[in-house]
Amino acid sequence: MRDADVPQEGNRTLAGHRKAVYARGSDGRLAIVASAGWEVEEIVTRQAVEDLERLAADARARVLAGEASPLEFHMHRQRMDVPLLAQATGLWQWRIRRHFRPAVFTRLAPALLARYADALGMSVDALRRVD
Amino acid sequence: MEFRHSHASHCESGVMSAMLRHHGLPLSEAMVFGLSSALSFAYLPIVRINGLPLVAYRMPPRFIIRGLQKPLGLKMRFETFRRPEDGELRLDALLAEGRVVGLQTSVFWLPYMPPDLRFHFNAHNVIAYGRDPGGDYRLSDPVIEEPVTCTPADLARARFAKGMLAPRGLVYYPLGEPHEPAWEKALPAAIRKTTRIMLDSPLPIIGVRGIRRLANAIGRLDSGHDAVRSKLFVGQVVRMQEEIGTGGGGFRYLYAAFLQEAADHLARPALAGLADTLVDIGDEWREFALATARMIRDRDPLEPPRLAALLRALADREQAFFTDLRRAA
Repeated sequence: MRDADVPQEGNRTLAGHRKAVYARGSDGRLAIVASAGWEVEEIVTRQAVEDLERLAADARARVLAGEASPLEFHMHRQRMDVPLLAQATGLWQWRIRRHFRPAVFTRLAPALLARYADALGMSVDALRRVD
Repeated sequence: MEFRHSHASHCESGVMSAMLRHHGLPLSEAMVFGLSSALSFAYLPIVRINGLPLVAYRMPPRFIIRGLQKPLGLKMRFETFRRPEDGELRLDALLAEGRVVGLQTSVFWLPYMPPDLRFHFNAHNVIAYGRDPGGDYRLSDPVIEEPVTCTPADLARARFAKGMLAPRGLVYYPLGEPHEPAWEKALPAAIRKTTRIMLDSPLPIIGVRGIRRLANAIGRLDSGHDAVRSKLFVGQVVRMQEEIGTGGGGFRYLYAAFLQEAADHLARPALAGLADTLVDIGDEWREFALATARMIRDRDPLEPPRLAALLRALADREQAFFTDLRRAA
């Protein structure tokens, strides 16, 4: 890649940052060129983000329909899955899945709620709601 | 001495390049990357990230930090912590001694990262080089153009994130001073090691064989009712190749820059010629990325066999390239 060919078309997933890529100058030497972004990267990054957002939106709809607990929504909103949440809380995966049931979730002990809230980086209050 | 931040393409090589310069040995990011034999290819179908197999264009985390110890006659000290409070105290003590300290962090919990790039990836490297008057940490994140700051609470969360490759608060720093390597010995040895990784792996998922194995897996993907899943699979491959700080072309350009420097140190123009070939191979990886992105956005019909054919051509070219490189080293 020549330095003049380094994509500068912008990539909104970089949120204004520029990234360092290597390209050949007129002397043939490779050097760092700051790139404002390449559409190819934007496409694949957005694809991954949209997949995570879809999981969160699905969970949110099920919470509002009374089929899931807010815990499931907040897990997806924080881009986690059950294995990761299990590692972050030190709870068994089956136990977490059980807490996705609204009836079970509403009866959870404050200590357990605090553990989830801490792992998800939010307050217990916010964990109980979907906004 | 005042610490100087510099922008790099990859976090681990960027951190080590800046850290070595701070300790009096200016080595470029490319030299750090090549000297530690960090270039690779791996397709790991068993390791799953959000249900998709892991594809890597370089050796595993910490390979660069560890790999530099021998050629530079340097001892790196690594410390991890069971309790976040201990990790924070230790970091503060090291900074108070005036050290610059490497940290392993989770990208997701670093607030200065662009939101769309905040995935749960736990092996992101940054340098801490002080605290500002308000108590925030001054960080040098190589993939960000300028130095940044981070609150103690956010940094603690990023350093003690859980999950795969959990950092456990890792801090690392050199003991003693690095020495300029014996180029005549160190460079050929580092290059030969990379050719061994790419050509001689006993596992069919590493090196050139890994590229072919990935091509076969992509060739089998369903383009009918399961197209969404297939697109996520190929999209993930391109993300690992381009988005995750590789300098473009899955680290191939970065390694070509290393070969140019090696050619100068050893006065071997053949290596510079091979660098040109590797730039062409990097361009071809980017063509694969472009073809994939077009299929993801339905600008072209999704044809997994066509992507597989592109990958097989890349495998053939890399096999020829690393065979030539072995002869030239």
